[in-house]
Amino acid sequence: MKNIWLYILVSAGVSYLIRATPLALIRREIKNTTLRSFLYYVPYVTLAVMTFPAIIEATQSPLAGLLALLVGAFLAWKGYSLFLVAVACCLVVFGAELLLL
Amino acid sequence: MTDHGKNFRRGVVDGCPIALGYFAVAFTLGIAAKNAGFSAVQAMVESLTNNASAGEYAVFSLVSAGAGYIEVAVMTLVTNARYLLMSCALSQKLPAETSLFHRLLVAFDVTDEIFGISIAFPGRLDPFYTYGAVAVAIPGWGLGTFLGVVVGNVLPPRLVSALSVGLYGMFLAIIVPPAKKDKVVRGLVLLSFLLSFGAARWPLLWGVSPGVKTILLTVCIALGAALLFPVGEEKEAQAS
Repeated sequence: MKNIWLYILVSAGVSYLIRATPLALIRREIKNTTLRSFLYYVPYVTLAVMTFPAIIEATQSPLAGLLALLVGAFLAWKGYSLFLVAVACCLVVFGAELLLL
Repeated sequence: MTDHGKNFRRGVVDGCPIALGYFAVAFTLGIAAKNAGFSAVQAMVESLTNNASAGEYAVFSLVSAGAGYIEVAVMTLVTNARYLLMSCALSQKLPAETSLFHRLLVAFDVTDEIFGISIAFPGRLDPFYTYGAVAVAIPGWGLGTFLGVVVGNVLPPRLVSALSVGLYGMFLAIIVPPAKKDKVVRGLVLLSFLLSFGAARWPLLWGVSPGVKTILLTVCIALGAALLFPVGEEKEAQAS
């Protein structure tokens, strides 16, 4: 039987190194325009990629997820806070699934 | 003069929806951990030190399949590689003079959600804002995993479904406002939705883990955008 604590140590070590290496090594502002632009776009692209279609797969009913996406995007467009948008999405899914399921 | 206390409290507020979502998601992880032979404490320690849902899930399934330590290390690297990209982006968001100590501390909890809200912080990132969010999010994550092992999934599926969507709601709150201001970002967000939807259905990519798919799509789309629409200094200043 292998040691579970060793598995924990290995996975924790790898996870931390992945996160810490760029933050520790890239100490200065990057001057290269392409690289700067790439890093500027990364957050929006990666969060968008992770949001859809995942949001319609996370709910029991895909339609509830789709409604949450529309309502969330609308409220965010109107400038509502992070907290409110998140809570509104939860309520939409909860309400929609009460009706749909 | 930066008011660290105020930013910390702001982080706590923005961290609350993250903590709730984490709590719900972590339950399922706890169940996977239990199946892999982890005790509640071991599962909680795994969660508190890894802070990665897909990565931890991969570890639990590998351990229950009797995999070796090297396999676990490689799998953790692959499923969590997107954090490398996020940390690169964060390195440019922190003030250049940020000490190594704060850099190493911020690095500890670079998750999709903490990264998201840290990037949305106006101007340069004050690490204390991130700490505030982490201070509420991590306990939710650890406690959820612990309880998942001990009691299994006692939350009704309806509640889990609702709470986990809160995390995506947060992502929307982060990407939509810049998309409103900048039409390149708007086009990119829509393109990302579309390609990510396509990639989920493209048979050629079925064997590829979601983590790797995220990296492939992010690198391709962001690199294409960087080449076609290079960002000038003035635009970055305006966006932040």
